Amino acid sequence: MAETAFAPWNDESATPLIQFKNVTKRYGDFVAIDNLTQDIYAEEFFALLGPSGCGKTTMMRMLGGFETVTEGQILIAGQDMNNVPPNKRAVNMMFQSYALFPHLTISENIAFGLKREGKPKPEIDARVDEMLRLTRLEKFAKRKPHQISGGQRQRVALARSLAKAPKLLLLDEPLGALDKKLRQDTQFELMDIQEKTGTTFVIVTHDQEEAMTVASRVAVMDEGQIIQVATPADIYERPNSVYVADFIGDVNIINGHATRAGDGYDVTYAEGTAPLHAKTSNDLGNSAKCALAIRPEKVSITAQKPSKAANTVKGKIIDIAYLGNLSTYHVELANGQMMKAQAANTRRLERRAFTWEDSVWLSWTDTAAIVLEA
Amino acid sequence: MRRFTWFNATSLTLGFVFLYLPMVILVIYSFNASKLVTVWAGFSTKWYGTLFQNEAFLDAAWVTIKVAVVSSTFAAVLGTMAAYVLVRGGRFMGRTLFSGMIYAPLVMPEVITGLSLLLLFIGIGFDRGMMTIILAHTTFSMCYVSVVVSSRLVSFDRSLEEAALDLGCSPFEAFRLVTLPVIAPAVISGWLLAFTLSLDDLVIASFTSGPSATTLPIKIYSAVRLGVSPEINALSTMMISIVTVGVISASLISKRAAVRQQREERAAERIDD
Amino acid sequence: MRRFTLIAVPYFWLLVLFLVPFIIVFKISLSDTALAIPPYTPTLDLNSGWEGIKGFFADLDWENFTFLTTDDLYWKAYLSSLQIAAISTLFTLLIGYPIAYAMAQSADEWRPTLMMLIILPFWTSFLIRVYSWMGILSNEGFLNQFLMWTGLISEPLVILNTNTAVYIGIVYTYLPFMILPIYAALEKLDASLLEAAEDLGCSRLTAFWLVTIPLSKQGIIAGCFLVFIPALGEFVIPSLLGGSKTLMIGKVLWEEFFSNRDWPVASAVAVILLLILIIPIVLFQRNEQKQREAEGQ
Repeated sequence: MAETAFAPWNDESATPLIQFKNVTKRYGDFVAIDNLTQDIYAEEFFALLGPSGCGKTTMMRMLGGFETVTEGQILIAGQDMNNVPPNKRAVNMMFQSYALFPHLTISENIAFGLKREGKPKPEIDARVDEMLRLTRLEKFAKRKPHQISGGQRQRVALARSLAKAPKLLLLDEPLGALDKKLRQDTQFELMDIQEKTGTTFVIVTHDQEEAMTVASRVAVMDEGQIIQVATPADIYERPNSVYVADFIGDVNIINGHATRAGDGYDVTYAEGTAPLHAKTSNDLGNSAKCALAIRPEKVSITAQKPSKAANTVKGKIIDIAYLGNLSTYHVELANGQMMKAQAANTRRLERRAFTWEDSVWLSWTDTAAIVLEA
Repeated sequence: MRRFTWFNATSLTLGFVFLYLPMVILVIYSFNASKLVTVWAGFSTKWYGTLFQNEAFLDAAWVTIKVAVVSSTFAAVLGTMAAYVLVRGGRFMGRTLFSGMIYAPLVMPEVITGLSLLLLFIGIGFDRGMMTIILAHTTFSMCYVSVVVSSRLVSFDRSLEEAALDLGCSPFEAFRLVTLPVIAPAVISGWLLAFTLSLDDLVIASFTSGPSATTLPIKIYSAVRLGVSPEINALSTMMISIVTVGVISASLISKRAAVRQQREERAAERIDD
Repeated sequence: MRRFTLIAVPYFWLLVLFLVPFIIVFKISLSDTALAIPPYTPTLDLNSGWEGIKGFFADLDWENFTFLTTDDLYWKAYLSSLQIAAISTLFTLLIGYPIAYAMAQSADEWRPTLMMLIILPFWTSFLIRVYSWMGILSNEGFLNQFLMWTGLISEPLVILNTNTAVYIGIVYTYLPFMILPIYAALEKLDASLLEAAEDLGCSRLTAFWLVTIPLSKQGIIAGCFLVFIPALGEFVIPSLLGGSKTLMIGKVLWEEFFSNRDWPVASAVAVILLLILIIPIVLFQRNEQKQREAEGQ
């Protein structure tokens, strides 16, 4: 897979394209970005993910030159960008609203940036044609933005921002305005174009699925700080905090007390129950409060107590959410803790094994759960 | 749940009769042959004839048009600048005073505006004439322009300007190439508004005009103070017709454009792939 | 530098042609009438230096304002202006609201046309619209001819050159200013609110009273101020439709200036009128502010 081959962030000798060095941004008393340091490498597809107000958009607008840095430094290709206005940066941005100029045709929109550079006309025309081909918009070159569909507008915005062949392309919620089906198709198109052009993409999104699909690395942000930066698989499988585990996908969190045992920890969560065991390389010391995070799809649900599972708990089915291919069972444990377990619906609905109020066993392996600091 | 009841129909009908009947009567009586404006003595267009031979009216009309064109053009430029400063200018010294000076003329009684400008012109020894009317009209109509343009600027998607900067424009180029073309319809309606305000104005023009320049409203006012006159009826009819034709065709054009845009947008959604 | 020019040009223009004239009006309101050109004293004599400036300020006084309070013509004119403006605002509201309501209830495809019909008179000359009533209201005018023809009256009614004609003129010319903000408020009104009110047991009339009226309150307030404020300082309407007994401050100011050539008193009249206007203007601004905040949420 490409992801295993392309990992400049693990390479000590690689020089980053973008460096945030202790960057702080304040609006009056409000701290939007809090002493943030982060490297982004050339040809990465880097996603900034977080809830609204977490500072992801501010971070991107600082890269574009639309916001000034209060403290610290942003370097692009080693050059300090602090006093460089947006029109002097080799950075282009695709706006959330697309910001297509309504009075210009599609090809005039794409040519806009090239004309500002004062390139000769044949060269501009050639480049515009190339961009139209890349985004499959040849048929619409002479139309105005209101004469094309939302999906096509999105592609025009992309073509326009790529026309100047920027070192870095910023995408602000690029697919936010599209409906779900179109969004999924466009995600792959974006990845394809990113690969073809070799441009570094920084994307801002609040849609975790989108970030996971397109990005080479995802930065999960909260309150002006980056909580974790990792590949999509690592973010999902090895979150570094309850916040990240909870933000990405569905998760069961069991609060308890961890004591070191073997190559991991034993977690006691309720009196009179056997401790749960989880293998981990996280170091919480010998004894600490903790949160155990387990994805619902990694929890098996059975009528009889399984003999070989590392962790088993008993509970009662309170609710069943039928999703077609899957069912999610909400199970209440003896101590009142709610847990979700997901199972594939391999049999027809009427022959379902479990129903409401059934007593069931939940089980998972010792590598399924992650021990996190509480 | 729209209820179109007899009550609604009646109030609309009566309302529009009230709004339009006086003007309709005025138009009808402009074709009255009799000099006695209240007695109908048959159809005639002779008052239009005498109107076109009345040099004083023609001169005043010419002055009025010149004043209106020049002052509304100045007002459009200054008002657009002022609107841009208000909406995009950020903070600067005396911003509150500035926005106060933009909004105050809108609610200021004309007699006060006129009086104060006259006292200024006398104070600095400026001879009253066409120039002073132009200055006065520019001042109050630029405020109307700036209100029209700034309401457009407020709803203007700021990222359009940012996109222009992002693609290499200087701030001034971004204004010239992106902002101005997009807000142009608002600037044009501001110009039209300023133009009509200038054409209409009696009070401020009376204060600021000199013996060398008389505008049409001043002429009309001094004629009708003595009572209804058939010539003024004819003149009014012509002014009403011009405005009616203008407004109706403008609204038809903009309606057609809106319908076309809607149709194109609907068509655009269908071609989606 | 460009930003500076952008701000400075309109700023400077308004300072010189709007603010400075007011300061001059205020200054002249403190001066005395004189048989001279210009017809007031003192004038600022900068050639005599500091003594000139001191003498200039020493000669300014509140005499004209005292004069305004002693001559009952002026305070009667202010009171009657307030009364005429208030009563005609009320009539404009009573006539304008049903029209705005009916417009908001009409079919979608009709609304742009109705809207245009409301705005059209606004583009027509104000002076001509006022003038059109002169021919209708006069003793031998259209209205009297019509009423005598129907046999309702045998003697012509005297309407022109009375306060009634002024009320009619103000209601007629400012009606669009009342209709438009109320229509804007009513158009935004969600029809399902009325259905909800009826569902919860209101009759149509109580639903109108308890839901429609409160939700169009901002529009009503805006419309009332848009009529009241300009009506207060109105000159053309009282001058053409009103009679010699019609007292309105705009007319008094005009006559003081053009007929009596008493500039200091005219200026004092203007200063007081401004002070009276500040109250409704501030209230109006506050209403607009509230509306903007409500829409911002």
